[in-house]
Amino acid sequence: MITPPALPEPVMAPTASEEPSFEAARNACKLCSPLGAALVFRGVRGGMPFLHGSQGCATYIRRYLISHYREPVDIASSNFSEETAVFGGAVILEKGLENVRRLYKPELIGVATTCLSETIGEDVPGLLKTYIGKHSREKDFPALVHASTPSYRGTHMDGFHAAVMALVSALAQGGPRGNRIAVFPGMVSAADLRRLRGIFSDFGLSPILTPDYGDSLDGPVWEEYRPIADGGTPVEDLRALGQTAASIQFGRILAGQAGPGDLLLERFQVPRYKLGLPIGLRETDWLYDTLAALSGRAIPADRQRERGRLLDALVDGHKYLQGRRAILYGEEDLVVGLASFLMETGVRPVLCASGSRSGRLAEALRAVTPPDQEPPEACEGADFAELEKAAAEWKPDLLLGNSKGYRMARRLGIPLIRVGFPVHDRFGAARLRHLGYDGALELYDRLVNAVMERAQDTNPTGYSYL
Amino acid sequence: MTTDNSRPDPAKTNDLLVEAYPPKLAKKRAGQMVVNRKTPDGVVPEIKANIRTTPGIISQRGCCYAGCKGVVLGPTRDIVNITHGPIGCGFYSWLTRRNQTRPESPEDANFMTYCFSTDMQDENIVFGGEKKLRAAIQEAYDLFHPKAIAVFATCPVGLIGDDIHNVTREMKEKLGINVFAFSCEGYKGVSQSAGHHIANNQLFKHVIGRDDTVGPGKFRVNLLGEYNIGGDAFLLEDLFERCGITLVATFSGNSTIGKFENAHTADLNCVMCHRSINYVADMIEKKFGIPWFKVNFIGAEASAKSLRKIAAYFQDEELAARVEKTIAEELAAVKKVQDEIRPRCEGKTAMLFVGGSRAHHYQELFTEIGMKTIAAGYEFAHRDDYEGRRVLPTIKVDADSRNIEELVVEPDPVKYQPRLTWEELSARGLPHNDYEGMMPEMDEGALVIDDISEHEMERLLELHKPAVFCAGIKEKYGIQKHGIPCKQLHSYDYGGPYAGFQGAVNFYREIDRMVHARVWALMTPPWQTVSKPLLNAEWVRA
Repeated sequence: MITPPALPEPVMAPTASEEPSFEAARNACKLCSPLGAALVFRGVRGGMPFLHGSQGCATYIRRYLISHYREPVDIASSNFSEETAVFGGAVILEKGLENVRRLYKPELIGVATTCLSETIGEDVPGLLKTYIGKHSREKDFPALVHASTPSYRGTHMDGFHAAVMALVSALAQGGPRGNRIAVFPGMVSAADLRRLRGIFSDFGLSPILTPDYGDSLDGPVWEEYRPIADGGTPVEDLRALGQTAASIQFGRILAGQAGPGDLLLERFQVPRYKLGLPIGLRETDWLYDTLAALSGRAIPADRQRERGRLLDALVDGHKYLQGRRAILYGEEDLVVGLASFLMETGVRPVLCASGSRSGRLAEALRAVTPPDQEPPEACEGADFAELEKAAAEWKPDLLLGNSKGYRMARRLGIPLIRVGFPVHDRFGAARLRHLGYDGALELYDRLVNAVMERAQDTNPTGYSYL
Repeated sequence: MTTDNSRPDPAKTNDLLVEAYPPKLAKKRAGQMVVNRKTPDGVVPEIKANIRTTPGIISQRGCCYAGCKGVVLGPTRDIVNITHGPIGCGFYSWLTRRNQTRPESPEDANFMTYCFSTDMQDENIVFGGEKKLRAAIQEAYDLFHPKAIAVFATCPVGLIGDDIHNVTREMKEKLGINVFAFSCEGYKGVSQSAGHHIANNQLFKHVIGRDDTVGPGKFRVNLLGEYNIGGDAFLLEDLFERCGITLVATFSGNSTIGKFENAHTADLNCVMCHRSINYVADMIEKKFGIPWFKVNFIGAEASAKSLRKIAAYFQDEELAARVEKTIAEELAAVKKVQDEIRPRCEGKTAMLFVGGSRAHHYQELFTEIGMKTIAAGYEFAHRDDYEGRRVLPTIKVDADSRNIEELVVEPDPVKYQPRLTWEELSARGLPHNDYEGMMPEMDEGALVIDDISEHEMERLLELHKPAVFCAGIKEKYGIQKHGIPCKQLHSYDYGGPYAGFQGAVNFYREIDRMVHARVWALMTPPWQTVSKPLLNAEWVRA
């Protein structure tokens, strides 16, 4: 019998660094905005992302999305040349749209503008309007949506939100109020999206998830070729967003900016609920209470048992996790959601970092911190050079974030629990679960096992009971 | 076993691939697709290549920046590379499978795991990014005191008119180290290929020839166009050493800037990937008098042939004997594995659509285990890579290529030292400045398709159902949805090495494993098989 892995020594928070802030990003902790937009457009049924820019952007972004999801992801491009970069890309945009329509028969083309087309000030909304005027009476004309996503403004999360806003703004239409619920889940995993559908239907509610790449980016093998992978929010559902009974958007960071829920409220008076990302007990309770109120139904017995099971695990696992320290990094809303859950498990998130700069990370973290605890330190605009320095000082027991933190984890000998984007050095990133009581439980098992594995691997005797 | 009869006629295949296109595009693409034919003197049909991909057609190609920063300069460990631009480009080219290296000691610089970007913001686009770039160079210097810093331009840089060459010139003077820049904006050229050319030019202008120290070794060669994917360079370094051949510099697998600076002291340039590096080979020959010829270390037979070519060049009996001894030892081990695997793979078919040389080189490995390449094409090659350098004078230069600088190179007044004349090379049975291209080595009737699109690839899979398809990560999962394994030849699926003799053995085993994976037999669900068992009872819906 051995004692559980030794608890860490208390460590004082490192004093603020004297090092001047760097102009250069050294090992960035963010990706570019068109990537987020492309992901959203692949979450629409028959949706084809189209980058108005150099072909390399589509190629690089495909490479990253495909490495994470291990699924085909097609992204078209207008393929600027030196000449079109000077004289404008109106002709190549039209030609590109024509070819995509002909070959892929998309139901929606989501045009995202890259650094190039944004820098030359291309009037893409105007060009699309002209294109629609010229071609919209043709057979199977797709919905056309434009998101402005220059990489020099914000991160992949900003591109993601810009694309969601573009879908809502361009497509949602008013009309008699129905009983469906508009759901804006944010950048969560494909498995989380599938689970969310189930959670809503448990309450007898029919959600319109925007986006929903639950199937399109984690689909079955094909019996026959399809130009665009199945799955995604149907365009008609996007049009019906203005007639929903309510909107629910996740993310405490997103809540502080003009979000899709605000847009539906403002334009169509759709009642709006802004919740945290439902990870862990309290944030999931909030979601279930909201769903119970919206549906007039009690929380289903199965879900209540799930909650009990999560709590039971937290009880059984407290000996492994209580008092441990973690550093979290990645997409801000994910980081806040994870921090909220970690504090319930007894893990202290000592530093919560993101490459984004919303200006609201500290505030959101304070909001999820129990009153008797110090909120975690927030670090916006972080890169991995800064993170590694901080990690060396904080000496955390766990790192939670994407695969790009692996080298830091390796050098420091700290287990890395892979969450967020990109996860390209593990199998099954699309199927990682976080949301709902059961999603948190899956995550919790991973956390505890990481601590156990570390204790076992570093123990000279090699006990098989821990 | 697949027989030729079960496959559609190659000529018809090409029509089917383009049938969904609008007529103008179909015509353009038809020029980039040929059925291979060979005249007795090795002349093959003309194929159009290095042409801009049509907007909206989903291509395998990347951009100029990717070819310059990612491919050519990526594998050099001691240059601090700074991407000048918004964050995406730097992030996406950060530490890939190509970026393996082996510093000689723990103290040696290795910046490959580092990804520097000026992370341009709105205000830099409006007011210019030169100040930020200057600061970033200074920071990189203060942090690491590297031997060299290189700057890579992304799309917005050229558009807003940042003078990166002026900034690097200033910083070079200020810091006293080599600082140079690449104008490799993503919109230049039609593919990565433009970036290779720009990388070649700047390496030639700013790096090669700066260190005249002649190191030890009697048979001193450079290996050009070897990028150490999956550790290929490590195997080749070992192979060369065993043969007694001294590798002065590799461009650029497992390389350092010091080796590039010293490359002009070698006596022979061996070119692996002709597409990405032939410019450097040509320029070195003109300026320093070092001849080059094509080698290929992918495939056991090809490796043996390449080693023999090097031995023939130096005309040294001892070297020749050592090369022959090494080949004999290696081939014995290779043969054993070939004999084991060949009966299982014999007659199966492969397709290769990748790179600017790989689609050619890897055919050798398939042949060695009895597999047949029925279709192949490059992502970013030019006509000479398909048809051979004999067509160089007839290649039309279009607007996209005209914009890439062609350096005018003269013999160096001091350092020009001709090694062997072309006549002397011929006397030794060696070609000079020659690459015969992919098509002369392919079977008659094989399909050759340049810059294959995602759409064409899907049709091709449907029509020919190859046993294995070689491409990259972007294509991999779409191909595998059809129940066909995809071997990545950019990253080697994180396997390898596949170069040289031991690499060949690794590849045979890998292909055997992939082609015979259990899962392919499970792809059709039981309710779709023809011989489904008869049910005694019927399912009744309640």
